[in-house]
Amino acid sequence: MARVLLFGRLADQAGWRERVVEASSLVALRDFLAADDAELGEALTGPGVQVAVDKIIVRGETVLAAAAEVAFLPPMSGG
Amino acid sequence: MIILTDQAFEPGEILTAFCAGRDETGAVVSFTGLARAEKGAALILELEAYPGFTDAAIAAFAEQAKARFDLQDYRIVHRTGRIAPGEAIVFVAAAAGHRRAAFEACDFLMDYLKSRAPFWKKEHGPDGERWIEPTARDRTDAERWD
Repeated sequence: MARVLLFGRLADQAGWRERVVEASSLVALRDFLAADDAELGEALTGPGVQVAVDKIIVRGETVLAAAAEVAFLPPMSGG
Repeated sequence: MIILTDQAFEPGEILTAFCAGRDETGAVVSFTGLARAEKGAALILELEAYPGFTDAAIAAFAEQAKARFDLQDYRIVHRTGRIAPGEAIVFVAAAAGHRRAAFEACDFLMDYLKSRAPFWKKEHGPDGERWIEPTARDRTDAERWD
C-alpha cells in the first residue's frame, strides 16, 4: 500500500490531497491513478512535475516498498 | 534552525532571541518579508509546504550558506497556510564575525527561498484564485550566486 500525496495545482485538479493505493511500483501507481482519472494521469507526467518517494526526489521508475509515501510535486513557487 | 509555522509570528521577538548571548558575533543581519496587498488584488496568500521535505530542503541549503559565508548561526522562520496582507511571511537572520558575510548570506538565503524553496503559492483575489510561480526577476536574482 502506498500513501499518495498531491501538492499545489495537482491537488486542486484531482479534488483530493491524499489517498492510499495498492501499488508495488511507480508505474503501477501512475497507471492506477490514470485509470481512475485520465486528466490527472496526464498531469502527473506533465512538465516540471517531480516525484518524491519517502521524501526523496526520484528520477525515473522505481519499485515501492510497503507503506511507501509517494508525493507528486508540481513546479515549486518559492516562498 | 528552521521553523515552518501556520501561525502569525513577530519578527522582532525572533531577532531579539537570536541576538541574545553572542559575545563572539560581530554582525547579525536579518530580513523580514511581508505579504503585499497588491492594491487589493491579493486578499489572501496561501502557501503550501510538504512537512519533512520542505524543511529538509531548506536546511540543506542553509548549511551550504553557512559553509560558503562562514556563518556562525542562522535562523529561518517561514509561514505556511493562509496569510493576510501585512503579515510576515518569512524571517531570515544570519550571524557572522563580520558584517559583509552576514549581509551576503542573508541575501543569498532570501534569493533561494523566493525562487527555489519547495513551496506552492496561491493568491486569493477578488476575481478568484491562481497559482503563482517564481517571477523572471526571482530567477535572475537567484542565478547571481551560481
